[in-house]
Amino acid sequence: MKPQDYSERKVEVNGWPVNLASYRVGNVYHCKADNVSPGAAIARSTGSTREEAEEKALARARELLARTRRQKV
Amino acid sequence: MGNYAHPEVLVTTEWVAQHATDPAVRVAEVDVDTAAYNEGHVPGALGWAWNTQLCDTVRRDILSKQQFEELMASSGITNDTTVVLYGDNNNWFAAWAAWQMKIYGHRDVRIMNGGRKKWLAEGRELSTQVPQPARTTYRASDADLSLRAFLPQVQDAMKGRTAGLVDVRSPQEFTGEILAPPGLPETCQRGGHIPGARSIPWGKACNDDGTFKSFDELKALYGAEGIDGSRPVIAYCRIGERSSHTWFVLKYLLGYGDVKNYDGSWTEWGNLVGAPIEKGAAVAAA
Repeated sequence: MKPQDYSERKVEVNGWPVNLASYRVGNVYHCKADNVSPGAAIARSTGSTREEAEEKALARARELLARTRRQKV
Repeated sequence: MGNYAHPEVLVTTEWVAQHATDPAVRVAEVDVDTAAYNEGHVPGALGWAWNTQLCDTVRRDILSKQQFEELMASSGITNDTTVVLYGDNNNWFAAWAAWQMKIYGHRDVRIMNGGRKKWLAEGRELSTQVPQPARTTYRASDADLSLRAFLPQVQDAMKGRTAGLVDVRSPQEFTGEILAPPGLPETCQRGGHIPGARSIPWGKACNDDGTFKSFDELKALYGAEGIDGSRPVIAYCRIGERSSHTWFVLKYLLGYGDVKNYDGSWTEWGNLVGAPIEKGAAVAAA
């Protein structure tokens, strides 16, 4: 099996940049959301469409990023 | 592979496609866990999870020599095997595995340039089959601690400015604005950085496709912050995995002689009672 349609796009979630990387294997789309800086994966998901996989990853990313506190420097 | 100091430590995705199942070669995908590996991996590749297989799971430490030998033996790796590591996040955790393999003296360790990301983007073959390699006998060397920094060495380096301290975390972690990468659990009591450290985020060493930047670009990147190989270097991040990536770059791609990874990193320093901390952006390199 080969991955197809690999793509990446950046969005903003709760004020944080998030990179969505997705690809399809057969009929399943895989999506990973990372936090851009430093680039750690914060959510992975699958779906029958790219949109569905991305939305699931974004939902989890929203939940996790909402917990990140900014300190006064 | 470019004009790196040790080009033999990198292989291309094409090389891996050609050699992944050679008997003398063992490929391993390394990540924080095996979630990505389970989606599909390089055919013939093993999956190593940082959180269960590449750390001591009881005390905070790297694998003991015995644990390392067991991992190698159960992975079908002999002392003569060419081990190719790759992973997600531009090879973060692959670099951690490479660092540990070098600590225990494995001779031929290579990293697939571009990692999992490049393999996927190129539409290369994936497999969900998990190999069951025949067990081997493996004899590790005693740990080479010249590659690893412990707290007292970092404290000495900070006080005496005897080594360049490279903080490879994000700028917001460096300044103290956040205590952990966005979306990840906070694992320290205080934010900021070790006094005197230079901020050179690990990802600056990579191109958009996940491959390493050229020798000249890397030399300029680190040189601009006073990290030029003329004195020892200690790299750190939060838990030591991002800094193992920078360790790999400085040690093998630029060929600097004395480079250590401080795997205690900010989760150690930022939790120490009474440890000096600087906040805010770094001052310009001298």
